[in-house]
Amino acid sequence: MQVHRVSRQYVIRKLLIMIPSLLGISIVLFALLAMAPGDPFDELATNPAVPPEVRAALRAKFGLDDPIWMRYWHWLFALMQGDWGFSFVSRMDVSTLIMQRLPVTLVVIGASQILAIVIAIPVGVLAATRPYSLFDQIANTFAFIGFSLPTFFTGLVLILVFSIQLDWLPFVYRADITATGWAFYWEHIKQSIMPVTVLGLFQGAALVRFVRSSVLDVIRLDYVTTARSKGIGERKVITRHVVRTALIPVVTLVALQMPIVFSGAIVTEQIFRVPGIGSLLITSMLSNDTPVVMGVTFVSACLVVVFNLIADILYGWLDPRIAFR
Amino acid sequence: MALFSAFALGLILFGVLAGPLIWRVPINEIDFAAKLQGPSWAHPLGTDDLGQDLLSRLIYGGRISIAVGFAAMVVAIFFGVLVGAVAGMSSGRVDAALMWVTDLFLSLPQLPLLLLVIYLFREPVKGVLGVEGGAFVLIVAVIGGTRWMSAARLVRAQFLSLREKEFVEAARALGASRIRQVTQHILPNALGPVIVVATIDVAAAIIAESTLSFLGLGFPSDVPTWGSVLRDAKDYLDIAPHWALFPGSLIFITVLAINFIGDGLRDALDPRRVL
Repeated sequence: MQVHRVSRQYVIRKLLIMIPSLLGISIVLFALLAMAPGDPFDELATNPAVPPEVRAALRAKFGLDDPIWMRYWHWLFALMQGDWGFSFVSRMDVSTLIMQRLPVTLVVIGASQILAIVIAIPVGVLAATRPYSLFDQIANTFAFIGFSLPTFFTGLVLILVFSIQLDWLPFVYRADITATGWAFYWEHIKQSIMPVTVLGLFQGAALVRFVRSSVLDVIRLDYVTTARSKGIGERKVITRHVVRTALIPVVTLVALQMPIVFSGAIVTEQIFRVPGIGSLLITSMLSNDTPVVMGVTFVSACLVVVFNLIADILYGWLDPRIAFR
Repeated sequence: MALFSAFALGLILFGVLAGPLIWRVPINEIDFAAKLQGPSWAHPLGTDDLGQDLLSRLIYGGRISIAVGFAAMVVAIFFGVLVGAVAGMSSGRVDAALMWVTDLFLSLPQLPLLLLVIYLFREPVKGVLGVEGGAFVLIVAVIGGTRWMSAARLVRAQFLSLREKEFVEAARALGASRIRQVTQHILPNALGPVIVVATIDVAAAIIAESTLSFLGLGFPSDVPTWGSVLRDAKDYLDIAPHWALFPGSLIFITVLAINFIGDGLRDALDPRRVL
């Protein structure tokens, strides 16, 4: 498999396709917000100290009486300019708040995806080279168990075993570690082990089955038989010829699973109190902080779209048949 | 494996449905003398921090969790089949638009969207339908409304190939109306894979409901479901681990059994698939 250059046209086309989906997402979010009952000026309506004329003037000033498409337009414009509103609870701009929390989430998600891939590829390939063997059946059973276990339950069980019974790992993620040098990094790694494991195992379980079926699809192709008949060792046929081709759809799947990973990240962040955007979403929902809720939902939707784009470009880069179609 | 799972699921269903007839302890009887106790004869699964009996709470919670699972599946499959059938029968612009919407929904992050809708609409729906009914309707609608996409794509793909088959053509030649073609000829033949997806959707919906309740945005604590019992239990993990382990294992076993059944159905309903 030779890596070739992706044509610029292909990338630009994919970038342009991204715009309608981002617009679509913003329409869905705005429609939800607009359909939801509740008026920001309700409080003023019941306050006798505010005369009705003042209320009407305020409504006109903030554009609440405008037709819906104009309100959407203003909202979208503010969103694009980075004006995401102000958090009532944290007393800071929503964009600053999200930017503070986002790196932690990305690190946890990235580490758990790497863990999932590291587990899934060898297990899936081994299972596919010996279909219906004992190993295959055990791997399949564990994969089923892995994605039937809800992340919140695995998280609690891990806390129960490793923090409470064995007392090896801390179960609350702390951002204010005072240690310096190597100890600092060690503390960070120690507190990330459980959240990353929970997410990684869940993802890995789903990936194993996919890797297995993808390898099984490829292993019967003629070029693999050709490679074998040329006298290349079985091991080399698998690693050099089969796996390389079989992994192309897996790359796409890893990126396309991002929505599910985000759902898992929200739960794990909540269990382990990881200060990422997932726990920010939940805490701001429980404290009725609507600007933050809207901001986080939009950011996670955008991240998913971006990952879809990355998947498309990687796919075109790995598989020359795609880019020129 | 699928048969064994069907047996396990049947056992859980029977326990949940017939349980209240056999185990008559009320779900909200508070007894501080017996709080946070482990399993015993008086309370086979122990008690929670208010001394409420966990067995009866889990039986009651199981009814809600499983009911939500099935109801959300029905909603998802209904919309999925509807969208897929319309898209599959009408090629061209309608098809393209429907598939664009489907892809858009597929690329939305599901849990944040679920949480957002519940966050925005929780209070008004509660006002109309009461605490428990409101939460039930809202959760079912939202889970069903965000899970119809895979069924829609599947049904569309089935329709695209089935509508060109000879037997449909024969029906068309005999003057069958479009609706009759769809309901009498195409849909029954497209149902196999849809049943598999429906089974797996039940499992996913149960997990989604438990996740929402666990995060504190599903059913309130005074309505026990498996997820909300687990949420209350998570702060007492060190002194009362049984409280969290029982509901968690019930969710796990139910979901695992449903997934195995779905896998068995896939093998049974799709003989062409070799893998």
